[in-house]
Amino acid sequence: MKFETREAPYWAPQASVASMMLQVLAALVPAAIAHVWFFGPGFIFNLLVAGIFAVAGEALVLRARGRPVEVALTDYSALVTAALLAFALPSLTPWWVTATGALFGVVVAKHLYGGLGFNIFNPAMAGYVVILVTFPMYLNLWTAPRMGDIDYQQLSVLQTLVFTLTGNLPETLGFDAVSRATPLDVMKSGLNNMATATEIRANPVMGDFGGRGWEWIGNFLAIGGFWLLIRKIIRWQIPAGVGLGLLGPATIMYLLDPGSSPGPGFHLFAGATILCAFFIATDPVSAATSPKGRFIYGVGIGFLIWCIRRWGSYADGVAFAVLIMNMAVPAIDYLTRPRIVGHRKGADADG
Amino acid sequence: MSAPTYDLGKLHGGLRLEGHKQASTAQPILDIPLPSQLILPIEQHVGAPAQPVVSVGDRVLKGQLLAEPDGELGAPVHASSSGTVVAIESWPVSRRNGDKAPCIVIECDGKDEAPVATAGTDYLSQAPADLLLRILDGGIVGLGGAVFPTAQKLMQARTAELEFLILNGVECEPYISCDDALMRECAPAVLSGARILMHALQVNACYVVVESDKPEAIGRLGEALAELGDDRIVLKQVPTIYPSGGEDQLVQLVTNREVPSGGLPTDVGCVVQNVGTAAAVHDWIVNNQPLISRVTTVTGDGVVSPINVRARIGTPVEEVIRHAGGYTESVKHLVIGGPMTGRSVTTDAVPLVKASNCVLALAEPATAGDELPCIRCGDCAVVCPVQLLPQQLFWYACADDEQKLREFGLLDCIECGCCDLVCPSHIPLTADFRIAKDRIRELADEKARAERARQRFEARNRRFERERLARDAELSRQKDSAKRAGPAAIAEILKRKQQSRDDPA
Repeated sequence: MKFETREAPYWAPQASVASMMLQVLAALVPAAIAHVWFFGPGFIFNLLVAGIFAVAGEALVLRARGRPVEVALTDYSALVTAALLAFALPSLTPWWVTATGALFGVVVAKHLYGGLGFNIFNPAMAGYVVILVTFPMYLNLWTAPRMGDIDYQQLSVLQTLVFTLTGNLPETLGFDAVSRATPLDVMKSGLNNMATATEIRANPVMGDFGGRGWEWIGNFLAIGGFWLLIRKIIRWQIPAGVGLGLLGPATIMYLLDPGSSPGPGFHLFAGATILCAFFIATDPVSAATSPKGRFIYGVGIGFLIWCIRRWGSYADGVAFAVLIMNMAVPAIDYLTRPRIVGHRKGADADG
Repeated sequence: MSAPTYDLGKLHGGLRLEGHKQASTAQPILDIPLPSQLILPIEQHVGAPAQPVVSVGDRVLKGQLLAEPDGELGAPVHASSSGTVVAIESWPVSRRNGDKAPCIVIECDGKDEAPVATAGTDYLSQAPADLLLRILDGGIVGLGGAVFPTAQKLMQARTAELEFLILNGVECEPYISCDDALMRECAPAVLSGARILMHALQVNACYVVVESDKPEAIGRLGEALAELGDDRIVLKQVPTIYPSGGEDQLVQLVTNREVPSGGLPTDVGCVVQNVGTAAAVHDWIVNNQPLISRVTTVTGDGVVSPINVRARIGTPVEEVIRHAGGYTESVKHLVIGGPMTGRSVTTDAVPLVKASNCVLALAEPATAGDELPCIRCGDCAVVCPVQLLPQQLFWYACADDEQKLREFGLLDCIECGCCDLVCPSHIPLTADFRIAKDRIRELADEKARAERARQRFEARNRRFERERLARDAELSRQKDSAKRAGPAAIAEILKRKQQSRDDPA
């Protein structure tokens, strides 16, 4: 009898990129719901716009590169990029702003570097930074979180949709009526105005640790993140590294100088810390790849976030921290190779 | 009775794989009847092929020498049954390079006639060196699949400082259960083999190591050991993690010593032998039966009733499958060896050889999906038992960067296949690494050849230079002496030269 031959091993792999990406998306669902609850339906529109442009951009660029379109689209990686971008944007964002970020992330940061697996920079963060430098004013349009006692004006679904499509608010409302400074902005400007951290934390946008609403989204992101850890979709080194790199210096400075330094709880629950630790920094393609290297990579991101928040001119530093550490990845990987079994410590395999 | 688990060392990575072993261990080992034809490859070991000492038409008896070892790592091949040599020709086999190899084909006469039995040797009265030579004659090779000639392995080991003999009954690869079956049914033979090996090696400590998923084998070994009362032999149980049964991995697991890269277990005082090999040594030394049969697992979702069989070496695989109820309709691939490291063959005409621990018939595996680019998730590095970074190696293999491949330890890869199984991008990493290793070896060969050519060329140039210098020296010596002799002598010489030119005769 005749048989077809194959190469060992003869067991089909269990994991797949598509299932990893889908699980990442699933882990974001609770936080997405919380996002909509606190900041209105704009998140959904942003997600749709980012998703459509990311997928369409990927399809077009694959076509132009002469690559099979279907295979790459069904890995869902463009959707993850879109989702992360949607989380980073204020709920009131005009569609062209979101589209710019999504297209830049997918077409330039990902595919011009060779597509999935070859991009040096995290596509979502590259897209976000492009928005930050081209449309800075729109990134300030964070609606006030739905928390009852804040003077609060929520846009209806229709009004939000109109804003997303046209960039215009209803005539009766000005930007000031619907938007609030983010907790990190409040903290930054407060500290610049010589207020103490404790005084600033009395601002109504502040919650128990970070910002109102934000900290709840953070909780749900953390739940999703831990679920990914349990599922071994992500490994502990990067989240732990980000946490240590950010909260370590934050704690030390808080203990030394509590007046001008917000505490570790604030740093953890304000801005995009948790999103970064579990979902952004853990993008395997642009992260370091050896276990030790990942920890160092995480610590670097955390520390840079802290530096930018403290000394930078931007309120949050996640995107820049991630992109800077992306550049350091080849060096980190080279310097953190694990000792191969049977080799002396520090010796090259060939040595 | 169960042996205590005291694993000193710990393996990096590895996988807990579904065993699929119960199917084949449900029944005792089936002794399959003699086939009508036996096909015996003359190369069933790592060294050079053996040299046939029989000719077509010869009648041979069971256990008779058919081919004698050639070269340092040779091993003899014996007739697995009596009959007539009908051909010495190329035949399909399961091997790495090429699909065919020279085989001695015996038409069996069904009498299974052996020469007059001689008594086994009392090995304890033999000097270890003599015992090793005797083992060489038995045609015994490592039955775990590596088929390194046992005698040579032991001889090499004798030159090192040894502490432990480790009998490998781990059998970590899924589906394979021939060692399990052998330990259950022939535990005393295994332990007797261990004692012979200990005498040959002059070591006083032996670990018999079995994976925790084989409680019955552990029980039988425990009973046999209690009966034997040899306290130099210790039974050890290790956790069921693939690939604990790799030679270096086992040493690490049992002794907490790492075999140095490019080295051997003897470098850390250990010799590892498969339990099947130990039983084969017992059969040869005590019962005078060379290696002419082995236990093989016939299994997979491509056969009707998986089972362990004891078959003569040289039995066509086709025949072996028949005794496992034949193929199922969905059979698609035939693999000699296990699902992780076995070799896929095109035909079941291949014979069962000393290395064949498993015949695995597989239906089409669930589709793995398309191969995607590496996303550097690093799961491969997490499971790699040698702690390599397969994702980086893959990168350098694609770039054909020999320097980096060496630096990142490609040559330390044991090709266990763990990385393939966890890769979400479905990249055939192990296959790629195998190709990359071949290329590195080719390059090294090429380099060596070029180096030899260079040396020859330089030696030739040096010779020319030497000769030129000698000529010059001779010339100037002649000139000098002519000068010293004066113009008359020069005229005389010129005249002589003129004469010789005019009269060449």
